This record gives sequence, C-alpha cells and structure tokens, in this order.
Amino acid sequence: MTQKLGSFPGGLKLNGQKKRSTQVAIRKMPLSNKLILPLQQHIGEASTPIVAVGDKVLKGQKIANAEGHVSVPLHAPTSGTIIAIDEQPIPHPSGLSALCISIETDGNDEWIERHPISDYTKLSAHEIRQLIREAGIVGLGGAGFPSFIKLNPSVHHTVETLIINGVECEPYITCDDMIMRERADGILDGIEIMCFALHVKDCVIAIEDNKPEAISAMELALSARPHLKDTKVVSIPTRYPTGSEKQLIQVITGKQVPSRGLPIDIGVVSHNVGTTYAVARAIKHGEPLISRIVTVTGREVKNAGNFETLFGTPMHELLSFCGTERQAGEPFILGGPMMGYNLSGDHLPVTKTANCIIVGVDDGAKSSTPLPCIRCGECAVACPVSLLPQQLYWYSRAKDLDKASEYNLFDCIECGCCSYVCPSEIPLVHYFRFAKTEIMTQQQENAKADVARIRHENRLERLEQEQQEKELRQQQRKAALAATQAAKAKQAAESESSAEPTTTDSQETQ
Amino acid sequence: MPLSRLSSPFLAGTNRVTLQMLQLLFALIPGVIAIVYFFGPSVLINITLAVVVALLAEALMLWLRNRPLKPFLTDGSAIVTAVLLAIAIPPLAPWWLTVTGILFAIIFAKHLYGGLGYNPFNPAMIAYVLLLISFPLEMTTWLPVSSLSEQPLDLSSAFQFIFNGQLTNSMDAVSGATPLDAMKTQIGLHQIPVHVFQQPVFGLWGGKGWEWINIWLAVGGAFLLYRRVISWHIPVAMLAGLSAISLMTWLVAPEITGSPIFHLLSGGTMLGAFFIATDPITASTTVKGKLVFGAGVGLLTYIIRIWGGYPDGVAFAVLIMNMLVPLIDYYTQPKVYGAVK
Repeated sequence: MTQKLGSFPGGLKLNGQKKRSTQVAIRKMPLSNKLILPLQQHIGEASTPIVAVGDKVLKGQKIANAEGHVSVPLHAPTSGTIIAIDEQPIPHPSGLSALCISIETDGNDEWIERHPISDYTKLSAHEIRQLIREAGIVGLGGAGFPSFIKLNPSVHHTVETLIINGVECEPYITCDDMIMRERADGILDGIEIMCFALHVKDCVIAIEDNKPEAISAMELALSARPHLKDTKVVSIPTRYPTGSEKQLIQVITGKQVPSRGLPIDIGVVSHNVGTTYAVARAIKHGEPLISRIVTVTGREVKNAGNFETLFGTPMHELLSFCGTERQAGEPFILGGPMMGYNLSGDHLPVTKTANCIIVGVDDGAKSSTPLPCIRCGECAVACPVSLLPQQLYWYSRAKDLDKASEYNLFDCIECGCCSYVCPSEIPLVHYFRFAKTEIMTQQQENAKADVARIRHENRLERLEQEQQEKELRQQQRKAALAATQAAKAKQAAESESSAEPTTTDSQETQ
Repeated sequence: MPLSRLSSPFLAGTNRVTLQMLQLLFALIPGVIAIVYFFGPSVLINITLAVVVALLAEALMLWLRNRPLKPFLTDGSAIVTAVLLAIAIPPLAPWWLTVTGILFAIIFAKHLYGGLGYNPFNPAMIAYVLLLISFPLEMTTWLPVSSLSEQPLDLSSAFQFIFNGQLTNSMDAVSGATPLDAMKTQIGLHQIPVHVFQQPVFGLWGGKGWEWINIWLAVGGAFLLYRRVISWHIPVAMLAGLSAISLMTWLVAPEITGSPIFHLLSGGTMLGAFFIATDPITASTTVKGKLVFGAGVGLLTYIIRIWGGYPDGVAFAVLIMNMLVPLIDYYTQPKVYGAVK
C-alpha cells in the first residue's frame, strides 16, 4: 500500500452513481427460453459453428470453433436444442445483424463432463493458455480481446508486473466492484494461475478508492494467502478514465505504453478482475465462459443490481426482470455512459462484453445544437492522452484526414472527456470516430488499389513480354524463311549453272 | 428515456459558452463601477449604446448569413465585445465613435470571418485600433478624473455631450491626457521623471484613478480565475512579461520609464490581461502556447508604450499576438501519451 503512484494529465471527476446497483448481492438471472449467441463476441475472427440445427447440446458444450489465431470458441450456456444458425440483430452500434446460433433451452441445465484441474502447476504455460483459449475467455472489461494472447509474451519480452484491473472508473457500472466484494478468492485463484503462466511474481490489484468494500474484501482474501507476498491491493484515486488500460499503467508504473505498441513492450500485462475470475473457473472447475455479471441500472430501473446472466439471454428479459418502465423500442445504453453506445433493439442478446445496461442517465446531455468551437482549450486540458481535440475537430470536420492523423488522431482512446467539458456541446468523440473510420476505409481502399495497380502492372509486363517473344519468334521465322528461300534460290541457281553445291552452308543456315 | 446524443458520452458537464460570457460580464462590474466613480457615469451611456448597436448588428449579420438568430444572439459574445470596447474608449466619446467601432467589430472583425469562433482577431481590439488610427483626437481625449476636474460631469450633461457634442462648460475643462500619455509627452520633453510623476494626473502607484480601475478589474479577473472561466496562464504570463521588461529598463534607465507597478496599474493592463488577451477564440489554445502568447502581449505592450507612437499598447500587442497564434499553437503541441521519439 505504500506504492508511489504516477498520474496522467486531464481526466474528470464524475458522479459515480454506483450506489443504486450495489445495494443487493449478485443475483442469478432466470433461465431464458431461447438464447441467441453471436459467433463474434470478441475482437478478431468470428468462430465457426460445429453444430447443426436440430442438434442437442449440453451446458458447456463447444458449439463453435476458433477461427485463426485471434479468436476463441463459443460454448452452449445451457442444455437444449439448436433451433437456428442464421443472421440475427446483434448489440453493435451499427445496428447490423450477424450470424448467431440460437438455442431453445430445455430447462434441465445439464452440464457436459467437466475436467477440473486440481494442480495447475503440473501444466506448462502453453497448456494453461490452451485451456483458457478453449474455455472461450476474452477480456470482460468491455473490449473482448482473447485473453490467452495477453498471457503469451514473446521471447523478446519479460513481464515484470501483472496488473489486475478492478478500477471500474465509468459511472454506473458496478459488476467488477461486486465480483471483487463477493468472489475475491476466485479472483486470487485466477491471479495465481496467470502469474504462473506469465512467469511473473509482482501483481498489483488496482481498485479506485470509491470502492472501499471491494478493497477490504480483496485485502482480506489476500491476507489468507501468505504465499502471494508479491501481490498487493493498491487503492488509486477516483478519476475518470483511470480504468483505461494505458492510463492505469501510467498510474501504477509511471511508464507510458508506446504509441501503437502494447503494454508488454514495457513489461506489463493487465487483465480485468472478471476475466481473472473466469480464468480460475476455467482451470479449477473446468467451466468454459458461458455467463457474466451484468449491471442493470439507471433512473428508470426499479430493481437495479448485478445479475449473473447466461450469454444469449435477450436484454429485454433482463430489463423486465429488473422492472423498468421502458417501452419496447426505447433506447438504452450498453456499457457506461461515457464510452458505451445506445441500442434500441428488444431482442438483442447479452454477450461476453456486455458489462452494463443503463436505462435513464441522471445528468444526461441535453439535446441542443452545438455552438461553434470557441477554441477555449478545455478539451485539451481534459484529454488524458494530451491530444489537442479542438485541432482534431477542425481537421475531422474539414475531412483533412492527413492533418488529423498528423495530430495523432489514432492515439485517441475515445474516453469522451473532451465532449463532456465542451462549452459549445460539440460531440467531439463522434467526429473522431468518424474520421478514424474514414481513414481506415481509405487505407483499405488504398491497399486494394495497390493490389490492383500491381496486378495491372504485372499484366502489362506480361503482355509486353509475350509481345516481345512473339516478335522474336516472328523474326526467327522470317529469318528462317528468308534463309530457306535464299538457299532454294541459290540451289536453283547452282543447279542451273554448276552442279557443285554448297549444301553444307544451306544446311547450316537452316 | 430519449437519448439526445447519437453516440457516447451521454453525460455532459455544466460548462457552457453563454455561462462563460455571463460570468465575464459579471466580472466586469467592479471595474465599471470604478470607472463611473472616477470618470463619471458617461461610460454607462457608452455601454448601453454599444450593446444595443452590437445586438442589432449581430442580428443583421446573422440574418444576412442565413444563420439562426436565437442561439447566437443569446450566447452573449456580442454583448461582451460591446462592453469591452465601450470600456476601452474614452468615457466622453461621441456617439458616432462608439457606433462606428461596434459596427466594425461585429460586421467586419467577427462576421466576415465566419462569426463566433472563427474570427482570428479580437473584435473589440480591432475596432479600438481602427478608431485610434482614424480618430486619434477623440480617442485620446480623456476626462480628467473627477477629483481633478472642477465640475464633475453628471449623467444628463454627459448624455448631451455624447449625442450633441455640447457641454455646459467649456471643452477644455473636461479634456485631459491620460497618465500614460502624460508620461510619454513629458519625458519626451526631457522633463525629469520625478517631477513628471508629481503632476496631479499621477496617483499613488500609477495614474490617479486608473490605478484603482485596474485594481478592480483585476479583482474581477480573480473571480474569473476562481470560476475557471479563464485559466491563469495568459494573465500571469502577460503581467509577468510586462513586469519583467519594465523592471529591467527601470533599473537600467529609471529616468525614461515608469516603474513596473506604474505599468501594471496604468492604461488597459488589467483589462487586457484578464478580459481581452484571454479571449479563447483569438488566443493560443495549448497550455505552453498560452504562456508564450501572454508573455508576448506583455512585452509588446511595454515596447509600444515606450517606443511606439501611441500612449497605450495593449490593443496592438493583442492583435500582433493574435496573428502569431497559429505559429505558436503549432510549435507548442503537448507530447502525446506514448509518443515515440
């Protein structure tokens, strides 16, 4: 606890609004009749189904395989029958549909045979990573990056510190807070496994000081494990966005992750507390990732709290279970109010990255037409990455994408601090997301154009070569023809004049 | 629950442009009271006239530019420009001087550049400089502070003068040079500064009256700092820059310049430091840039006061630094998180 903490510039003091959902212990969301499981619930390649419509599946049974390296498999959250493999609306800001496996539940909740591992130290780091991958574990903090990759440092890197992220800096969200309060031992199990897989001793469990219950629960559990002497709970000042990986690393280690680099480049690996708990369940209990804790809260939620929810559970069932006055089709927020996105579909399923559902923010932004930027620079002061949002805004608005890149657009973490403080109420982050997408599209098109250009050039070259070869052959033929004709003519002449031939010559020329 | 925004963040802070402008106007109140106390109530007529003309001009330009009237008329920016100009010009300026200045500020300096947020130069200062160059006599004829004049001006005679150009008593009785002007002319005439500063136009530290107006404007500035309407960087850098150069020359050649305190409390120093150089639209936006910008205004103010052709240099200094803002901003970008050298 005597660790000296670093700091990052900017950031915000926000009203946490966390009390509402921490009054009751984590509850279990009742089993839904139908579960809808998108094949892509993580960053990377979507998984490929290995079941067919009509198949009976058991709880925990693998129903889709990982596809490529950056991917994880998917498991049936309960027992039942596959009723469809088709396009369904997914919880994505675009409102698009994607391939999903739908399961009609049978109510038995019958597990497949599990293989708990009592002593993981007998396994190799590689075997542990494979088990974590096979369990379908991805970062549960919101990004959904496959966790096994973050447990696999290359030979060029040594991990010095494992940071367990229990910061949860966004207002309203409390799922990490609750899991730390109630399942501290499981989190410590996960930490032991991760430290073993990463060959690292030092571990920091970072928790914001607005969660004293979670801090004391983790400290209590830690005090019962004297062998974890290099693991410590660090209380850090509450400031948004400390929970963002890069900012947290800066606070804990004082170091910055290089631009476009990874935390591992400075010897740090960080995992969310929920992910850490899932790792423990996967190794020690043989349970794949089939559920998560979802915070349901907001002004219009009567029975706010945290719910252990099976993946695929329709969000509207979760909302009606909590008692909201929400009408069908009304929008709600998935994620936190600073970085989440609004959805309005009723049959969207809970996925691996769905940490929080908010219906009704208390001090929400009013809808008003933004005034012009007055260049006050409040956004630059608030930016935790030290960008100049007002400049990025000019360039994004003017579609001067080169300039926007030059002003480090891609270092923007989209935390929303700039939009929050803007006195002209300009939705700055919205512009930055737009510009980023534009640039990425442009880059893709450029890449495509490059491929096409190279193909075209190759083709021209090939044609030219063919042409040359053709001409060469023509010349050869002409030469040959000329030679035979000449020979014939000569022969004819010679046969007329003298009988002494130069046949050998004519033969040679042929 | 209707969500008002398309994308996150769905929360918003309480900072608003209009709120900033209103606080700025509020912060000017002590300074205006001080001006009324020392120069009589005529400044109130100028402020009223300026605000009315500014709002009319703003409305006209918005209408011509096909822009919505309500958000821009109520944002307070035109009122701020009007009040700043009305305070900066002499209290007994004839009505057409105020009107010309305001029309130029709103129409040319603001709207022809694109309106709120797009003007590279501070509109009030552009107008001030236009008036100073075009009407030097009117712009440099100040009332003597009321304790110096034999007959302090009341509201009705001020009104008469502003609109009719007539006074009950003779013109000479009311006109007088400002302390900065006096210093410049007297020292130019090779008077010994000790004697110059003993003239009745000078006060305890700066010009009589002016020193108190500057102090009360600074009090208003402190309120703006406390409310975080402005950041400390520009005012502190400007006052530090002005103090530093005036201290240096004063130590080297006290016979030709005033003391740093004199410069801090004379002319438009405090108005410039807290209300004009801090105009976000025309100032530098980066933290380091604000320091450079402020220091530049301070140094140039002094240079123009001492070696320039005009008694006060704040307006010119601000405009020159406005010109340099893109350059300053470019070279003072903060180091971004994780930047690789």
